[in-house]
Order: sequence, then C-alpha cells, then structure tokens
Amino acid sequence: MKKVFEIRWHGRGGLGAKTAALLLGEALIQKGKYVQAFPEYGPERRGAPVKSYNRISDTPINVHSGITNPDIVVVLDPSFMSSPDIYQGLDREKGKIIVNSELTPEELREKFKIDGYNMYTVNASGISREILKRNLPNTPMLGAVMRVTGLMDLEDFIEAVGKRLSVKFKPEIVEGNLKAIRRAYEEVKGL
Amino acid sequence: MSKLKGWKELAPGAIIEEAGNAVEFKTGDWRTQRPIFYPDKCKHCLFCWLYCPDSSILVEDGKVIGIDYDHCKGCGICVKVCPPKFSALEMVMEEI
Amino acid sequence: MTTEIRKKVLALTGNEAYAYAMKQINPDVVAAYPITPATEIVQIFSKYVADGEVDTEFVPVESEHSAMSACVGASAAGARVMTATASQGLALMHEVLYVASALRLPIVLAEVNRALSAPINIHCDHSDTMGSRDAGWIQIYSENADEAYQSLFIALKIAERANIPAMVTMDGFIVSHGMEPVEILPDEKVRQFLGERKPLYTILDVEHPITIGPLDLTDYFFEHKRGQIEAIKEAKKVIPEVHREYNEFFGKNMPDFFEPYRMEDAEIAVISLGSASGTVREAVDVLREKGEKVGALRMRIFRPFPYEKLREYTGNLKVLSVMDRADSLATIGGPVFNEVRSWLYDLERRPFVMNFVYGLGGRDFFVEDALYIFEKLIKAAKGERPSELIEYVGVRE
Repeated sequence: MKKVFEIRWHGRGGLGAKTAALLLGEALIQKGKYVQAFPEYGPERRGAPVKSYNRISDTPINVHSGITNPDIVVVLDPSFMSSPDIYQGLDREKGKIIVNSELTPEELREKFKIDGYNMYTVNASGISREILKRNLPNTPMLGAVMRVTGLMDLEDFIEAVGKRLSVKFKPEIVEGNLKAIRRAYEEVKGL
Repeated sequence: MSKLKGWKELAPGAIIEEAGNAVEFKTGDWRTQRPIFYPDKCKHCLFCWLYCPDSSILVEDGKVIGIDYDHCKGCGICVKVCPPKFSALEMVMEEI
Repeated sequence: MTTEIRKKVLALTGNEAYAYAMKQINPDVVAAYPITPATEIVQIFSKYVADGEVDTEFVPVESEHSAMSACVGASAAGARVMTATASQGLALMHEVLYVASALRLPIVLAEVNRALSAPINIHCDHSDTMGSRDAGWIQIYSENADEAYQSLFIALKIAERANIPAMVTMDGFIVSHGMEPVEILPDEKVRQFLGERKPLYTILDVEHPITIGPLDLTDYFFEHKRGQIEAIKEAKKVIPEVHREYNEFFGKNMPDFFEPYRMEDAEIAVISLGSASGTVREAVDVLREKGEKVGALRMRIFRPFPYEKLREYTGNLKVLSVMDRADSLATIGGPVFNEVRSWLYDLERRPFVMNFVYGLGGRDFFVEDALYIFEKLIKAAKGERPSELIEYVGVRE
C-alpha cells in the first residue's frame, strides 16, 4: 500500500483551491498527521486555472516534489471536465474524482464521455449560493472530500475548520461555511 | 616609524579602539612654508585659532602661546586672518 | 538537563515559520524590504510589530542595500538584528554583506532561495546564496519549514557567539509557500536559549569611543582579513557546540554540518542541499530494497565549508555525486561540486566524483530524477564512467 495519500485540487483563481488545500492540511495536522499543502506556484490571477495539492501521511514526509500521480482529484469548476489535465496521472481503476456539479456522476460520464475512474459529484456552488449567497465552492467541497475519503471524522473536521475560519471571519460567515460543509457531506452522489 | 602590528594583535572587526588617535599621525612634514608667531605683536583675538583647519594654534588661558609644528601643514590661513594692523603671524619658507 | 516540553504543532508555510521564529526571537531591530518569495516574512513580521507582539524597531527601508546597511548600523550599536530577503534582494545587499562580516556583526538573515535574473524567474534555485558564498557569512540550508524555523534560533546563537553573520535558507515556493507541520518551541525556552547578545564592541559606549570601518590600506588590510579568516575557523568549532547545546536544551536531534542517510556501508552516495534531499532519500530506500549500497548525504551547512566532516563520510565511497541547484557558469559545473571534489583530492582513497546540476528556476525534481542519477553512479561504480563529469538533469534537449 502507498504510504502517502495525495490529492490534487483544480480550481480557478478566486475559487479557493489553495485555501481548501490549506484548510484540509491544517485540520489533519491538528490530528497529528503529517501533511503538505501547496499551491501550484506562480502569479495568481483571478479566473485562471490553478492547481493545489495535499500530501498526507502517518509518518514524516520526505518528498518535496510536485504531485504527479494523485489518489484523488477534486474539481472546483465543472467547466474543467473536458480538459485532459483533470485526469493526468490518475489511475483509471482506483483514482477518484470529486466534481462540483449539479449533475449525477452518470450524467457527467455521459456528457463528457468519461471512461473509468470513480466519480462523485456534489452541487457545491449551489450549496454555497444558497447558504453564503456567493459562489465559494471550496468549503463545501471539503465536506465532500471528507465523505469520500473518510480522512477525518466530520465533527473533528468541522471543529478544526471553524477554529481556523474564526480567526479571519465573522461568526455568521463561519457558521455558514460549516453548514455548507455538512450539507455537501450529506449530498455527495456516487457513493 | 613605529613597528606595524601582526594580525593577532589587532582588534576584531577592524575597529580602532583608542579615541582621537589621529593626533599620532604627524602631518608637519607636509609643510613647505611655516608660520612664525610674534608674541609681542599678538592681541589674542584668536582668529588664527578659530580658522586653523588642523587645530595647530596652541592656546593657554585664552592666549596664543605658539604653533604646533608637528601637525601644522603650512596652509597659511592663520597669517591670512591675522588682522593686518597686528601682523603677529608671518609665513616663511621652510629651510632646506 | 532534562526538560518536559509539551508539543505544540502548527500548520505553517515556510515563510510563516520564519516569521514565527522571528517573533519568538524578538530582535531589537529588523530592517527589511519585501521580495518574492520572501515577502510574507516581512509582511507577517510587520504585523507582529504593529500589534505590539514584539518590541522590535522595524525599519521599512527603500531597498535591500539600505536594509543591510541599516542592519550593520544597528548591529554595531549592539542590537540583535535580523532581516529577510531572496534572490535579487540578496544580490542588491551583496556589497554590504561583506561589511557586516568584516565588522564581525552577527546579523541573521532569513533567506528564501530563488533564481537570479535573467530571464526573470521567481522560483527556486540556489544561485542567489551561492553568489554570496564568499561574503564571510555562515550559510545553513534547510530542507523543510520545521528545520528552517529551528535553524533561525541555532543560526542566531552561532552568529552571536562567533560574531559572524549567518543566513538560513529555504527553497523558494517549495518550502516558503508549502504548508507543513512545524513544532513550535515554547517562547520562554527560546528566550532562555538565546539569552542576551554580548557584542564585541558597541558604537554607543561613550565612555569608550571607537572608530568602525576606517580606511585600511596596504599596511593593515591583509592583517585584518587574516583575523577574519581565523574568526571563521573558530566559528567552525562553535557550530557543532551550539548544535549540541540546542539538541540537549530542546530534546532535538538537529544534525550540524551533514545529515547522513544510510551511509554506514554505502559505496555510492549523493550530496544535496535543501528540499530535494528528502526526494533523494526516497530513491535511496528504493535502491536499498534492491540491494544496492547507496546512501545520501545532505549538506546542511555550506559556509564555512565542512571539508573535515566531508572526508569522514566519503572516505570509503567508490562513486560520489554532487547535486547542485546552481551552475558556476564557468564550464566547471556547480559550486558545491567544485569544492567537494577539490577537498577530496589529497585523500589516498577518494571516490570518483560527478556533478548533476538540477532544478534551475524551479524545475521540479522527482524521485525518478534521483533514481536516474543513482543509476548513472551505479554504472560508474562498475567502471562505466561517463564521458562528461557534469550532467544537467531535467532539462529538455
């Protein structure tokens, strides 16, 4: 078995792919895991495709190179589905893709002619618009990641994220985000 | 000339530890002309002392007592500023 | 001395870790100018200053040249002084780096490795700090955020004991912008460990006025340089001493000059600096599984150059490779290679030494790249020596 679990996040500048990786990393570090969270480095531009990464392990992580063969890919914007970047290095059999989409995994497969992979969807943008009145799919997508991977107990995760967000945001915004995480956790399709 | 020190004898950081040691550097041998002081003509206005760029006018109790030839470079400013009606200072050629 | 330390682990990027260490050090003066990828260090630290979390006099200067100049003045006054920079910023500090070291001022610089222009690039290589290698500063290269955090404390203590300035480096973006767990040491313990700076001299002592930086011509310049060289030799003794004290005080196991990995019976080894070293160790594990006698040697301290230790590790090797994340641009490969190879020359038994230049301008370095290097070395050990001593890994032909 592979010792290190790797995640690749696909987003657009402004959608919070980097923040999602950092939030996940921080929560797992508080649980005593060894984690790396890093963006694909470069000038950050709103709207431009961006990637960020997580490496997660029970033992100290030696490698500092980029992630080329992730175990799981998280797609924050469904418009990426026709891009080959999403599938790069992902194992067709074991690889998992979680997509922010209103569609079911089956509908996505059909629409984009996707063969293989384990597909999951959740309407993270919809949840975010409803609860936070904005399209910020990153926190709800974290809920979906928790559901699909079981990396952490949901309540522990929510506590950790709440603590982190409270440093920067007003209580109602923190509450909204946590609610969105819970909703997404419940509403993941394809399990 | 004093013996130059070896590296082990020097202060760390190339600092100079003694204050005001520039006085050890005798600049008197730069001089080609020297000022001569006539005490009987001097009214002790101290213009020469004020203007001397090398602090070479020796003063005691508010009175000029002579010239520090170890450091005087012979610029002649003291002679220039000495009021003409006193003429207590005069430049002469250094003897060869 | 045994002490109970409850572990506090924070998720920090390399830059955040640097800034956190600086907060705990609470220097008297920080003069700095921001530059990618070190900007956050100064940004976060200035927030600590604004929030009153440190007592530091923060001097937001107009350039890195001014930053180091202000550091020199403050340090000569007896203050504990720090700054941070990267790449072009370090290059702009260059002439003042020499002043700091010659005046024996223990300034500590948090550096983030980034390529030097041109072409303009913001990513990691070691050309910036390699360019300062003869400026008389101690250089400590860190592999990850946690090590960079700890290294600032160690560097400060070494610097202030040896009265030699020190820079700690981390790889730009890879470490500076990557979040990792960092074990935070207790504030009080850090304060205790560092104690007070005892300056060699201070320009503020009116009872004992001194002159610093006087003109020094053919009569004394050489003697003063000779003294500085001796001080750096002394620093070489201070470095392991401070590491011992640090490890004992905090219950840590920080290596000093080198971090050896599976070197005991190794016949083939790779020397590397910085974040790629862990990647090399992964490759060592893969090859050890296959029975190859390979090892890895991470050089943590490059300045002063630890040739004595180097010889202890490399005496029994058949083949050694040096990985340089910078090129000398002089047809002779990277700087680390040249020094390593030169200092093995007069050994009776010495390995065949090759150079692999990698990762310029942030080009990623994978386990596969490390395996490729070892493959070449294994071949060389069997007598299949390459036609070129210097190879560029990961570049497109």
